[in-house]
Amino acid sequence: MTAQQTLTIPGLEAVYDTLASAIDQAGDGKAELFLVKLALLNANALGDPAQFQQHVQAALQDL
Amino acid sequence: MHHPTTEARASIYYDYRVFEPWLPSKHPPQDRQKVLIAGAGPAGMVTALELARHGVPSVVLESELQVSQGSRAIVFTRRSMEILQQVGVAHRITENGLPWRFGNSYYRGQKVFRMEAPHDPDDRFVPMINIQQQYLEEYLIDACGASPLVDFRWGNKVVAVEQRGDHAVVQVDTPEGPYTLQAEWLVAADGGRSEIRAMLGGKLEGAAYEGFFVIADIRVDLPLPTERRAYFDPEWNPGNTVLMHREPHGIWRVDYQLPPGETPAEALKPAALKARIDAQLAMIGHAGAPWEMDWCSVYSARTLTLPDYVMGRVIFTGDAAHLLPIFGVRGANTAFQDAQSLGWHLAFVLQGLADARLLANHSAERVGAAREIIDEAGKSTRFMAPPSRGFRLLRDAVLSLSLTEEFVRPLYHWRTSRPHAYTRSMLNSPDDDNALFTTGPAHGAPPQNVRLAPDDHLLDHLGGGFDLLVFTAADAVPAPLLAVVAQARGRGVPLKLIAVSPGRPVAGADQTLADAEGHIRARYGVPSSGGAYLLRPDQHVCARWLRLDATRLQTALDTALAQQGPTS
Repeated sequence: MTAQQTLTIPGLEAVYDTLASAIDQAGDGKAELFLVKLALLNANALGDPAQFQQHVQAALQDL
Repeated sequence: MHHPTTEARASIYYDYRVFEPWLPSKHPPQDRQKVLIAGAGPAGMVTALELARHGVPSVVLESELQVSQGSRAIVFTRRSMEILQQVGVAHRITENGLPWRFGNSYYRGQKVFRMEAPHDPDDRFVPMINIQQQYLEEYLIDACGASPLVDFRWGNKVVAVEQRGDHAVVQVDTPEGPYTLQAEWLVAADGGRSEIRAMLGGKLEGAAYEGFFVIADIRVDLPLPTERRAYFDPEWNPGNTVLMHREPHGIWRVDYQLPPGETPAEALKPAALKARIDAQLAMIGHAGAPWEMDWCSVYSARTLTLPDYVMGRVIFTGDAAHLLPIFGVRGANTAFQDAQSLGWHLAFVLQGLADARLLANHSAERVGAAREIIDEAGKSTRFMAPPSRGFRLLRDAVLSLSLTEEFVRPLYHWRTSRPHAYTRSMLNSPDDDNALFTTGPAHGAPPQNVRLAPDDHLLDHLGGGFDLLVFTAADAVPAPLLAVVAQARGRGVPLKLIAVSPGRPVAGADQTLADAEGHIRARYGVPSSGGAYLLRPDQHVCARWLRLDATRLQTALDTALAQQGPTS
C-alpha cells in the first residue's frame, strides 16, 4: 500500500480559510449546493469509490 | 351491460375507426377456448400473433370499439422492430415512422450532453423510431384480421374471472349483456390499470415516485430534427425537467414535470397548459409559434412488478404485469418482449411439447427482466424527478458542474430500453461451449443481426420455432445431427436447420446462407467449421458450440424445453 499524501499544517490552514471563504461567497441558500459540487469534484480526483465511502462515514459521525 | 363509446375519439391527425361490437347473440354457443386475451393493446395483439405463428388460436377481447386514445407509446426500439418484423408489421412502421438516434440534454441554454445510440451497419432497423401508438395498434389489428387463428372481439369486456383447476371461467360483458367463456388460459393484457389484476388480488411490488408529468401532444411547426430533447431546470419550470420528441404529422410530444403540490386536474386546465407550452416554445427560441393541442394526460413514475406473472390459469403480460417509468421508453418496448416470450412458451405448453415448468420459466425470465428494468429506470427517475432532498441536491450539483466539467455529463444519459439477456435461464444448455467463445451473442442474449445483402438480413430468416445455425464448410450436415433434428421434429418441435457456409448449399439443411467472406461466422464468434448456435423461438441464444455433436444437441433441446430438472 502506498502512503497517502496528507496535508501539511500550513496546507490544512490554507484549505480551512479557502473553504470558509468560499461558503461565505456562495451565499445564503447556495452553500449546500456548493459543497456537493465540491464533494463531487474531490471524489472524481480521488478516483476511489471505497475511500469516498470511508470519508462519508467519517463525516457522518458525531454530527 | 357494457357500453363502450360509439363516438370516434377526437384527434387532429388520426382518423379513428369505430368497429362493430361482437355480440354473442349473433354467434353459436362457445366451445372452450385455448386462449383468451383480455386487451388489444401492443402486448395483447403481439401475444395473439405470436400464438398464431405457432398454430395456436386465440380470442382477443377488447372492451373499447377503437384504438387507444392519444399517442401514448411513441418511441420504438430496434429490438421492438425486430419483434414486430416477426409478426409482420415492422415494414409499416418503417414506412410511416420517424427514425432517430441522438438525444440532447440542455441546461441553462447550453447543450451539456449528446447521446448517440450506436448503429451497426449489420442492423436492419435504426436504434429508435417514433410513431403514435394508434398507428402501431392499427397495423397490429390488420395483422390480427389477416390471421385465421385470431378471433377479435370489439366491445367485449372481462368482468369476472373464476379459476378452475385446468381452465378459467370468464364472464364477458357486451353491449347486449354478458356471456360466459371457458378457456384453458386467460392472458391479462388489460394494461396498467388491469381490472383482472385487481379481481385476482395481484400485488405489485416496488416503488411509486412522487410528482406528476404532463404529457401533451401538440401540432406545431418546428424546424428541428427528430432527436430526443431534454431540458433540465428551465427558467419557466425551476427544478423540473421537460422532454420533447417529434412524432409524424407535425406533432410534438412535450412532457413536463409539475411543481410539487399541483394536482393533475389543475395542470390539465387549458390555461395552465397554454401558459406552460408557450413558455417552453419561447425558451427554445420559438416564442409565439402557433400550435394546436391534440391530446394530453398526466403521468407519475412507478417502478412496480408482480412477483409472478402466472397466477393459476391467468397470465399477466405488458403493463398489466408491471408498471415502468416512461424515461427510457420502457412501456411498450418491454411489452413486446413479454408478448414474444409468452407466445412461444404458452404455445409449446398447449401443444404438449413442454409442461408447466416452461411457463414458470417464462414468468421467471420476464420478472427478472422487469426487475432489471426497474433497477435501471430507478436511476433515471432519481435524476429526472429526484425523490428526496439529497437526490435533488446531487442532481442540482451535477447540472451545475456539467456546464464546465466533462466527467459528470454521462449522468445525463439515462439508459434506454434494451432487450434483457436471459443469462441465467434454465433453458440455457449446461454442457455447451458458451464459456469458450470470446465474442458473439452469449447464453440468453438476443441475436446479432447480420446484413447478408441489400434488404436481406439474418433475422429475416429466423423465428417461428427453434433455429439451429450450423457453421460448416462441409458439403453435408453430419447424419447423427440430422437424426437428432428429425427426432425433435417427430415430437412436433418446430426446428429449422440453417447452414452458414462459405461455399455451396449444404445437404441436409433447410436453408443455406452464403457466407463467402465469413462475416456471419465472425459476428457469431465461430472460429472454425463445425460450430453452431441454437436459438429459441424468441431468437434468444440457448446454446452454442465450437464443435457441435449429436449428444450435446439432444441435451440442449431437452434443456430448452424445460424437460430437465424437477417439476414444480
